[in-house]
Amino acid sequence: MEQLLQVNNLVTQFRTAEDNLTAVRGISFSVNKGETLCIVGESGCGKSITSLSLMGLLPSNGSISSGSIKLNDEELTSKTEEELRRLRGNKMSMIFQEPMTALNPVFTIGYQLREPLMIHRNMSKREADVKALDLLNQVGIPDPKKRLKQYPHELSGGMRQRVMIAMALACKPSLLIADEPTTALDVTIQAQILDLIDDLKQELDMGVIFVTHDMGVVAEIADRVMVMYAGEVVEVGEVEEVFNAPKHPYTKGLLASVPNVDDEFHQLESISGSLPNINEKIDGCRFHKRCPLATDQCREQSPPIFSVSETHQSKCWLQQEVTENDKSTATS
Amino acid sequence: MAEAVVDNQVQKKKKDIAFFRTFRRLVKNKLAVFGLVIIVLLTIMAVFAPIIATYDPIEQDLTSAELGLGSEGHWLGTDNYGRDMWSRLVYGARVSLVVGITSVVIGLVGGVALGLLAGYYRKLDGIIMRIVDLLFAFPGILLAMLIIAMLGTSLVNVVIAISIWSIPGCARIVRGSVLSVKKQEYVLAMKSLGASNSRILLKHILPNCTAPIIVFATMRMATSILSTSALSFLGLGAQPPTAEWGAMIAAGQDFMWSAPHMTIVPGIAIMLVVFAFNVVGDGLRDALDPNMDLGK
Repeated sequence: MEQLLQVNNLVTQFRTAEDNLTAVRGISFSVNKGETLCIVGESGCGKSITSLSLMGLLPSNGSISSGSIKLNDEELTSKTEEELRRLRGNKMSMIFQEPMTALNPVFTIGYQLREPLMIHRNMSKREADVKALDLLNQVGIPDPKKRLKQYPHELSGGMRQRVMIAMALACKPSLLIADEPTTALDVTIQAQILDLIDDLKQELDMGVIFVTHDMGVVAEIADRVMVMYAGEVVEVGEVEEVFNAPKHPYTKGLLASVPNVDDEFHQLESISGSLPNINEKIDGCRFHKRCPLATDQCREQSPPIFSVSETHQSKCWLQQEVTENDKSTATS
Repeated sequence: MAEAVVDNQVQKKKKDIAFFRTFRRLVKNKLAVFGLVIIVLLTIMAVFAPIIATYDPIEQDLTSAELGLGSEGHWLGTDNYGRDMWSRLVYGARVSLVVGITSVVIGLVGGVALGLLAGYYRKLDGIIMRIVDLLFAFPGILLAMLIIAMLGTSLVNVVIAISIWSIPGCARIVRGSVLSVKKQEYVLAMKSLGASNSRILLKHILPNCTAPIIVFATMRMATSILSTSALSFLGLGAQPPTAEWGAMIAAGQDFMWSAPHMTIVPGIAIMLVVFAFNVVGDGLRDALDPNMDLGK
């Protein structure tokens, strides 16, 4: 599969009155064409900041302080604001969590759908109108002609999210970043939207980065999963690998905290403690304070990334032992 | 089923264009209706002045000077030169309205531009708002007098002075709205679609700030008309023999005892018009406020 996005050692910082806060701490990952990568983790672990960094839409006090982002072999971090603007909505697009607030309340759906087409394709209003109709059809909105003339408040949440998707995909981007697009929707609509994103992904051969904290959604849509904790990637792997054999204690904790309806004796587990403050200095592994398996080594040294398999990596000292044991059994 | 409900709503909403909705809510406010009637009358007076006026407003007739209210042929009396008060009042409405509208429009253009820039670009915010604060530091009428003192007395300079005086208030209101609107997710969404800053500012943020701008403009009309009269009263605006309400009061001052209607008639006219614009502005503020439920 062809590689679409390559992120290397991305560090994103925020300037505040006191000092610089590091929200994303040197993460690396890649996305292939036609692949869905899910970024999971609890609130505040840096998922959204990662996606905003990719889009170049960080708030004014945030910036990418080091690392590289390559989209189709084009380096994004060295691009000017104007060059990035030309890419946004064109080569890469984003959809947001709240379809209720992500559409401008004072304009019709048609007006807003025309925007990306007029910006990037230089279409006239009439051409854009025709295309907007196609787009609404494509995202499965019934009676699109009528919808074009309606205002956002006249549409249900699921409809609005479909409109958002139509807007994001208007210029056929190669990368779609979806920041918890289904969190605000009810479960049946959620499933429809997930299916829609999956269908369109195949149709347009896009790479999709799907940010979520819902493990159910991950299982549904992901090809690969990336687990983030406190600004770092703690585990990456194909979805089967991570779900069937999670290696990092944090991933295990996340999976154990998903309710299981089949097993009536299932005890819902939670991960004790809470996410450390963004500016908290932690020696060693950033998860050790909440980790049930932490050792002295974890408290002192930050673990490197260990490979479990070719596609599966974990940033945990426990993995070192396993890897070494494997090696020794293999040699003996 | 759900689809049918949505359809039903759509049918209802079709007639519910924002303008008519606002108007309907405005009409529920009796004071605002009163104000609206006065504004309409004022506009009719100003537009059709030559038809409505019974005499030439500057034609003197010393044989019928200082006639009181209800005199034959001059129902509002005449002034010390025998000019018909009604005709002068009608032509005065023209001056008030023209000066009011032009100064508010110019003030809005400047104020909206500065407010948009200050609200959107943090770097410009400090500079623009300090200049605005500086303008605010002067009492309004003094600022206007200062400008007229520099430019000379004429109605055109009154317009310029009042426009400049309208800018800071407008800039502050617009900046405030922009600050809240630019935090909305749809602005971020537009950025993620590759819209440029100017496009976002003009096509997406500005239309969301119209409600406070409309209210400001209406209220500002009252202030502008009052200030025009005040400046003319002081001899800094309309010059004799132009029929202007403030100048008419000034001319009538010396005849307070012999012909009180010369000051009272234009005085009441100014009062009514200022009151009208203020209550309409108030009514609009309520009608445009989506959080305000006027009992439907």
